[in-house]
Amino acid sequence: MYGSGVWRGLLVTLKHFVATYVDDIRWGFRRRNPAAFPVRQSLDGRGVFTVEYPEEKIAVPERFRFIPFLVVDNYDHPERAGHDWCTSCGICAKVCPPQCIWIVRGSDPDSGRPVPEPDAFYIDIDLCMNCGLCAEFCPFDAIKMDHDYELASYDRTSNHIYDKRRLSKEFRYWQSIAPTIAEQEASARGGWEHKDVLKQKAKDAKAVASEQAE
Amino acid sequence: MTEQVPTADTVTPTGETLNVLHKRFKKAVRQDDRDGYDGILIDPARLVEVATAARDELGYDYLASATAVDYLGKGDHLEMVYHLCRTSGGPALVLKAQTPRENAELPSLTGVWSGADFQEREAWDLMGIRFTGHPNLKRILLWEGFDGHPLRKDWREAYYEADQKPFDSRWPDGHVRRAEQDNPYGKNVRYPDGFVLDEYQSTAEDALYADVALGLDVSADLATERVVVSMGPQHPSTHGVFRMIVTLDGERIEALEPVMGYLHRNHEKIGERNTFLQNMPYTDRLDYICSLSNNLGYALAVERLMSLGSRYEPPTYRAEAIRVLMAELTRIVNHMWAIGFLLNDLGAFFTPMMYAVTERELILDFFEATTGSRMMCNYMRFGGVAHDIPDRMRSEASLINDRVRDENTMEYLHKLINERLPRAIDQFDEYLTTSEIVTNRCIGVGVLSTADAIAASAAGPVLRASGVPYDVRRADPYSIYADLDFDVAVRYHGDVYDRYLIRLDEMRQSIRILKQVWPLLMDTGGQPFFAGRGGIYSPRVPAGESYGRVENPKGELGYYVVSDGGQNPRRYHVRAPSFINLTALEQMCKGHKVADVVAILGSIDIVLGETDR
Repeated sequence: MYGSGVWRGLLVTLKHFVATYVDDIRWGFRRRNPAAFPVRQSLDGRGVFTVEYPEEKIAVPERFRFIPFLVVDNYDHPERAGHDWCTSCGICAKVCPPQCIWIVRGSDPDSGRPVPEPDAFYIDIDLCMNCGLCAEFCPFDAIKMDHDYELASYDRTSNHIYDKRRLSKEFRYWQSIAPTIAEQEASARGGWEHKDVLKQKAKDAKAVASEQAE
Repeated sequence: MTEQVPTADTVTPTGETLNVLHKRFKKAVRQDDRDGYDGILIDPARLVEVATAARDELGYDYLASATAVDYLGKGDHLEMVYHLCRTSGGPALVLKAQTPRENAELPSLTGVWSGADFQEREAWDLMGIRFTGHPNLKRILLWEGFDGHPLRKDWREAYYEADQKPFDSRWPDGHVRRAEQDNPYGKNVRYPDGFVLDEYQSTAEDALYADVALGLDVSADLATERVVVSMGPQHPSTHGVFRMIVTLDGERIEALEPVMGYLHRNHEKIGERNTFLQNMPYTDRLDYICSLSNNLGYALAVERLMSLGSRYEPPTYRAEAIRVLMAELTRIVNHMWAIGFLLNDLGAFFTPMMYAVTERELILDFFEATTGSRMMCNYMRFGGVAHDIPDRMRSEASLINDRVRDENTMEYLHKLINERLPRAIDQFDEYLTTSEIVTNRCIGVGVLSTADAIAASAAGPVLRASGVPYDVRRADPYSIYADLDFDVAVRYHGDVYDRYLIRLDEMRQSIRILKQVWPLLMDTGGQPFFAGRGGIYSPRVPAGESYGRVENPKGELGYYVVSDGGQNPRRYHVRAPSFINLTALEQMCKGHKVADVVAILGSIDIVLGETDR
């Protein structure tokens, strides 16, 4: 019968319409029920699928990437409080596709020889394309992609070039946003400390061991 | 409807073809014997004859890609490269014709394949090759009056810093500055010498309307029924900043000219400045609905180049399985999106769209957990993929983001592939396929015949809905598709309705592939997802050329990459399916109503990020 296709189609709409109310009853008409969220947003979700941003905010997965930050040692670290993990090797600046990273390599003021710490580090976040290549290729796990995506500001010319102070975040922060990845990286390094620190420690331990052997 | 299409063989056809052509054209054809190159060099004077012979006598009926390369400093000529295919399958035959850089001129192939139309206009626009015999040789991506041809090697952009990245100003002594501060106009524009902005009068619009008004003086002859309408670029039905100049007789379309380039950013020039790896995230931004299959095509092209070298290791089996998983999920994402928007264009305002987007979101959740991003995935690498599939799709609550999920990834995928998505596809079928509103608006509208579709280089669902079972996954198999069991979707009427149905068919075939890939992923769990040593940001790419093509959801996506052995590609060309599919738009629209144009455009399924590049 002509028109039956339309009606059959509208039954699908009706099914969705009813499903949303059934779902609402199930969660007690509390629209922003935190317990409902994982079910509504999952493969079993039948009702309203939308998330009411900004009242509700979905926590992003660990691998989520948005604007890099620089890892520094925890501010309560006994020896290296706030010490940069970055050694200013420049790999991130070289691999960056839009070339949004500027680094001034650190040098010893007396001898003028390079030291493994940047003097300055800038990222123009207007240029950054959030590709994550810098974090992927950093040999020291010193630059990581952040999870904070709400960066709007009123003045792009002054606020959107991040310097070292603004980019630096404690190692603890990285552990908190990506615990699994941080643990994998730590086990690859051989400890929770910076690669160079671990190397130095191993060297010292070896020296002590050989002294004792003598 | 589907057809079982045999997997084509993969022997490069140059030698055998050359023998045949040589008998007839003698010295006009010769082998391209540069290291790492393949193909046949043709004397420009005989180009049209050779192309006609290739089409009619050798069966190369499909012009896959036509593009130009600037060999400044390496022979100082421009080279036009044509990739020809048989719609019955097999690898591409490469024809080349060279012309000096000054007064570059080549015969147009639009008479042989109408699909050469836009591609030759692009070559004129960006490379400055004049095509004699082209019916409408205007700029296509840039505006009339643009200074120079930007893909030439000696052309420099407004913020020019160096020929190649990485720029020296970044490290070890990199003090930040904003590029636009250096430009006196504060705009991303370079003006010719002696140019006065205030006195400039644009000829771009006149040039647009000159051809399409059919000799009708729009301003003087207002009594006529014929009107010229500019549809777009800010029109919701054009899926972005796309514009059509439409000549109407009442409501009937008499002529239509697509106008594009509003989103042009010279992707290819950026690509030539970038190192090979740096291009990977840029490919995400071409067809931003399908970033993962864009990645795959580029990885394939560069891997083909790398395989010319001695230390190349092909991707591991697990990497290939993950790639296919991603590509097929992307196909479902895209087709969901396309069907949803097609219904929007038909006037079903956002209800079907939302049903489609819900399913898409569920797939994007998996993409986000695996690749780190929902849309700009940047996931494939040369030799594998960037990360393995995570064990769990979990998120960590922070102070502001507190809605948390935690699921086993493989179980999630299993349920997605076996329950959720098939049900969603069936729901669409039930919802739309028999609806009289859809059938009345779609059946018999925008018909593209088989012969026209092939001649116009249409690709993907547009080509297959016109009765050509041509699918790169079968015609020129890549990755592990040769081992997988699936059929090529094909429909025979070539109208909007068939282009809708074929997307449902293709999604069902994708589900079939995904069901085979899932066990492969389980079996290969824990195996390396990257060949050789990971973490190489500057792979060695030997000199040569390669054309990597994949069956993107929108059609054949090809990357033509030329390397001269350095860190950066010498030429990086994208054969964009949404761009070339528009060649046939006018043909499809002629005689229909304005409202049908919207439906037809929706059924082609374009993304302007890819069209304009």
